[in-house]
Amino acid sequence: MTPLLQLDAVTKRFGGLCAVSAARLEVQAGHTHGIIGPNGAGKTTLFNLITGIYTPDEGAIRFEGTNIAGFRPNQIAARGIGRTFQNIRLCRDLTVLDNVRMAYDVRLTSSTWSALLNLPSHRREEQRSIEGSFELLKAFGMDAMAGQLAGGLPYGLQRRLEIARALALKPRLLLLDEPAAGMNSAETLRLMEFLRWVREHFDVTLVLIEHHMKLVMGLCDHITVLDFGVTIADGTPAEIQGNRRVIDAYLGEEVEA
Amino acid sequence: MVGAFACLLLVSLVPLPFIVALLAVMVITAVLGALIERVAYRPLRQAPRVSAIITALGCGLVIQNTTLSLSPYARPMPRLFESRTFEFAGVTLNSLQLFIIGVSGVLMLGLDFVIRKTDWGIALRATASDRATVPLMGVPVNRVISLTFAVGGALAGAAGVLYSQAYPVVGAAMGALIGWKAFVAAVIGGIGSIRGAVLGGYILGVVEVTTVVVLPSTWRDLIAYSLLLVILIFKPNGLLGSAAQQKV
Amino acid sequence: MPTPRTLGSSVAGCRWALPVLAASAFLAALLHQQWALFNGYTEFVLITAGINIILCASLNLVNGYMGEFSVGHAGFMAVGAYAAGLLAVKILPGATPVWAFPLVVAFGGVIAAAIGFLLALLSFKTRGDYLAIITLAFLMIVKSALENIPFTGGPRGLLGIERLTTLPQTVAWVIVTLWVIRNLVYSKFGRGITAIREDELAAGAMGVRTREAKILAFVVSSFFGGVAGSLFAHQLQFINPATFDIIRSTDILVMVYIGGVASLTGSLLGAVLVTVLAQLLQPLGTWRAVVMPLTLVFLMLFRPRGLLGLREFAWLLPGRELLQRIKEKSP
Ligand SMILES: Nc1ncnc2c1ncn2[C@@H]1O[C@H](COP(=O)(O)OP(=O)(O)O)[C@@H](O)[C@H]1O
Ligand SMILES: [Mg+2]
Repeated sequence: MTPLLQLDAVTKRFGGLCAVSAARLEVQAGHTHGIIGPNGAGKTTLFNLITGIYTPDEGAIRFEGTNIAGFRPNQIAARGIGRTFQNIRLCRDLTVLDNVRMAYDVRLTSSTWSALLNLPSHRREEQRSIEGSFELLKAFGMDAMAGQLAGGLPYGLQRRLEIARALALKPRLLLLDEPAAGMNSAETLRLMEFLRWVREHFDVTLVLIEHHMKLVMGLCDHITVLDFGVTIADGTPAEIQGNRRVIDAYLGEEVEA
Repeated sequence: MVGAFACLLLVSLVPLPFIVALLAVMVITAVLGALIERVAYRPLRQAPRVSAIITALGCGLVIQNTTLSLSPYARPMPRLFESRTFEFAGVTLNSLQLFIIGVSGVLMLGLDFVIRKTDWGIALRATASDRATVPLMGVPVNRVISLTFAVGGALAGAAGVLYSQAYPVVGAAMGALIGWKAFVAAVIGGIGSIRGAVLGGYILGVVEVTTVVVLPSTWRDLIAYSLLLVILIFKPNGLLGSAAQQKV
Repeated sequence: MPTPRTLGSSVAGCRWALPVLAASAFLAALLHQQWALFNGYTEFVLITAGINIILCASLNLVNGYMGEFSVGHAGFMAVGAYAAGLLAVKILPGATPVWAFPLVVAFGGVIAAAIGFLLALLSFKTRGDYLAIITLAFLMIVKSALENIPFTGGPRGLLGIERLTTLPQTVAWVIVTLWVIRNLVYSKFGRGITAIREDELAAGAMGVRTREAKILAFVVSSFFGGVAGSLFAHQLQFINPATFDIIRSTDILVMVYIGGVASLTGSLLGAVLVTVLAQLLQPLGTWRAVVMPLTLVFLMLFRPRGLLGLREFAWLLPGRELLQRIKEKSP
């Protein structure tokens, strides 16, 4: 079976620093894939490469068989890759609903002229975008705050909204960059349940960067370990937990603890 | 422009030797620079970038138009010292031109050294690259920025004096034209690089002079600004500026 | 949909407010045309206010909704003014009939929009300060080019333009401008444009077609800038390059930032305020050019988003957006 996402010897340099070097990654459709590694290992850079925010210096990124390296971020998003950011990047001065709508809009097709002249076809489409976005917010239990400014939400809800926004793209692949950052263990457990629900309900393949080992081990079917931009291990949670190199590089204390 | 006017005011009040006048003017414009920073920029440090650009533009126009309203006509500028003419390798130069080149050279080398080597220069560059972290390292950001504006003001004042010696007419509009030109030169060279600014200044100067020789002088601005556009299209960060990829 | 807060909210009343207001303004203008309700001076001020509303609303699209800082709007105005003026004076034979005037005005807009398109291409790679400088360079180039081309009359300008800008024509263009910009802003394209202001990078990653949004914002903005220029040329009957300098751009900027960024109600208010203020400050002479930028500085310091920044009167919203507001309040 061809993987949903396949990175082939992808390299990205910043000046002299090789943030990602010859990285390989295969994500199977339907799986939940974890990416772990110490800070500065190049995990976020990997996400930025996949979503077109950076272009790789070398290598191919294949999504559903197409090499998307060099595509612009919005083209990649429209193809079905959604993401969240390590430092939340919502449109703070827009309402919660509008944050969702801006992603929901990728599937709208009405022309520029019909928008400028507010023609009926365009009006119908906008109406659908409002309703669809509301529905999504309702599923996330956030419809009551649809009219609030996104920047005014508490931190936890902002993280949740970022996921909702990414899902409004109806993506087949969802990249989550440290979704549990800043959460205590009770909250992390709830996040784990929430992500399970997302996986089922939206029928989406998840890739998550995480430091919480319980979350990663509990949720992921497959794990890739990065260190200094290099893939040092790749396998099932059980294989990773037993891997000497990983324990040396990163897991050491946490596995013993 | 304020530099030139302050100089005009000073020398018409008291006869001063040139160097003293130059220094006095630099002090005045330095204070003005720091003052503007204090009143108009500091409160906006957390605000969006656009607000600061707007106040910069606004302050420039306020100063220029105040002067224009106070003194609507351009005035002659007394020469501050005698100039002699030399012949050197077939090129005619006079001592004034040499002097201007000399003073600006010294000031630029000095600035380049200060920014690259002194504590203040390092603090300044650190502040520019990461304003959030630098105060945590004990750098007095406010003082660093005030000082920067003062130095900028002083140098602009010096430029005004030199300019008024080369072209001995002082008018309110001169500052705006030169100010924009300075900006253009800085952008051509790459903002954040003193050497780039010097390079940009010379490129702009050469292009303008060549334009005036080849075409009617009214084409000068057209060519200068078109050059700016072309350079920005191909080198969006200027000739010597570095393109930092935004971290996500 | 960049307006979190709505001023006034009774849906039933609001849905009719805009058409009724627009129609009565136009009707009043027509009546004036017939029976000269206002004296010449008042008419002049009203037309100026109308042109300023067009300028302000169109600049607000780029500076307010998209959050860029263009200082080149006077340049688009100049392009529109010269394009329409030259078309009417030098290209079309004889006097322009009244029915053809809207076409002449639109022609000015189209030429300006074409230039705006080029500027939009430049905005793909550069933003913020650099883009501001690019728009400044654009303004200088336009002005300088007009001074150097004999066909446009050089520094002395273009004379003998007919006086075709009447009050009804102006009001009609104001209505068209506000209507089109409102439609744009409250559409998926408008959401894209505001998302660029908020976070261009995240917007792209969420599927917003940032390049298209930028092109659209610049093209529509410069089109109406050109329209305003055409109307202006046919109001004053004489234009020269010096008319379209950085001071004029500053005046438009002051309107935008007084009225409020990302608010059409604000643009309406800002343009009218500045027009009236400019008339009142007439006796100050050149000091006016001190007062305006000073106002801008104080605004930035104390109310950086302007009086009505990010807010909108409910009657300006499209019906479905209004219903959405209601729904947001009681899900
Ligand atoms: N835009 C950039 N410019 C320069 N260096 C960068 C940039 N983005 C990331 N880096 C560097 O690349 C390395 C990997 O960063 P990152 O991918 O954020 O690590 P992490 O695994 O913690 O997410 C770090 O050393 C970081 O400083
Ligand atoms: Mg990271």
